Amino acid sequence: MGMIEEIHQGLDERGFLLTGVDKLVNWARTSSMWPMTFGLACCAVEFMQAGGSRYDLDRFGMVPRASPRQSDVIIVAGTLTNKMAPVLRKLYDQMPEPRWVISMGSCANGGGYYHYSYSVVRGCARVLPVDIYVPGCPPTAEALLYGILQLHRKIHRTHTLSTGWGAQT
Amino acid sequence: MTPEKLTRLEAALNQLLPELPVERAGAALVLRITTAELVATMTRLRDAPELDFRLLIDLAGVHYPGREKPLEVVYQLLSVHRNQRLRVKVAVGEGEPVPSLIGVWSSANWYEREAYEMFGILFSGHPDLRRLLTEYDFDGHPLRKEFPVSGRFEVRYDADQGRVVREPVQLTLPNREYYRPERTRP
Repeated sequence: MGMIEEIHQGLDERGFLLTGVDKLVNWARTSSMWPMTFGLACCAVEFMQAGGSRYDLDRFGMVPRASPRQSDVIIVAGTLTNKMAPVLRKLYDQMPEPRWVISMGSCANGGGYYHYSYSVVRGCARVLPVDIYVPGCPPTAEALLYGILQLHRKIHRTHTLSTGWGAQT
Repeated sequence: MTPEKLTRLEAALNQLLPELPVERAGAALVLRITTAELVATMTRLRDAPELDFRLLIDLAGVHYPGREKPLEVVYQLLSVHRNQRLRVKVAVGEGEPVPSLIGVWSSANWYEREAYEMFGILFSGHPDLRRLLTEYDFDGHPLRKEFPVSGRFEVRYDADQGRVVREPVQLTLPNREYYRPERTRP
């Protein structure tokens, strides 16, 4: 039974709905995760594809933002260089909590092709706490979408309000 | 370029600069000059109507550690109107300044900055000779042969200091280990 039918049935039978506060909060959070636009390399093109009409991130309430202060999730899409690392950290620090990080593609995951380069950070986890790693070089738009859905599942497992911030079951 | 065009360009160059030998490298013509005559020769190559090299397409540095003059600057010139190209090479010693070509082609500005950054080639008369691509506190000239491929420093975020810090490189697996045959076979 779908969620909408469940809601209708509950309303028809009882006239009210029962749910947990955590469930409601997590539902709200996952339904409007605004990603910070942070394209660094070719992964950004796949990110654009995911936002385009075929995969349509809008379905998940994801609207790319140009400001970290309006964002909930930062998708590190591409090669993070040493020069960019302090900038990325500053942008992350400016995001309001709760905030999440998706590392997209081999370069952001661990340096990838440029792992042994003199100018590339060997994985953006050296700079940010990453929630989801999306493998690929670049990952397809489906792969990124799958990563976003995995992040949704992760958020649904948090019980912030009943057990304190960050606790997961 | 076609063989006819090469011959024609070679003749024009010999006429304009009779003291300089013109080399052929495949379908390209190469001119080797010294730093002293660089600006004057380049200006003539730009202004001569039968050459008309109005564009500096690229400027590259090369490092040959064994040579007496270990560095080389390579200029790629293009004439859009005549559809012809020319390569000019200048050998440079360690620490020897090369006259800047910004007065001849303004596109030389960032090319020279990049050659300075990557090889440590000094350009005299450049208004703003500083790093172009690497981070602002980067140390060394990465495209020189003696520079380690993975660099000397790497960055990470330090939660105690609350900022991104720079540390000496520590690799969990050395770079060349990948290419050893006994590693690739089970």
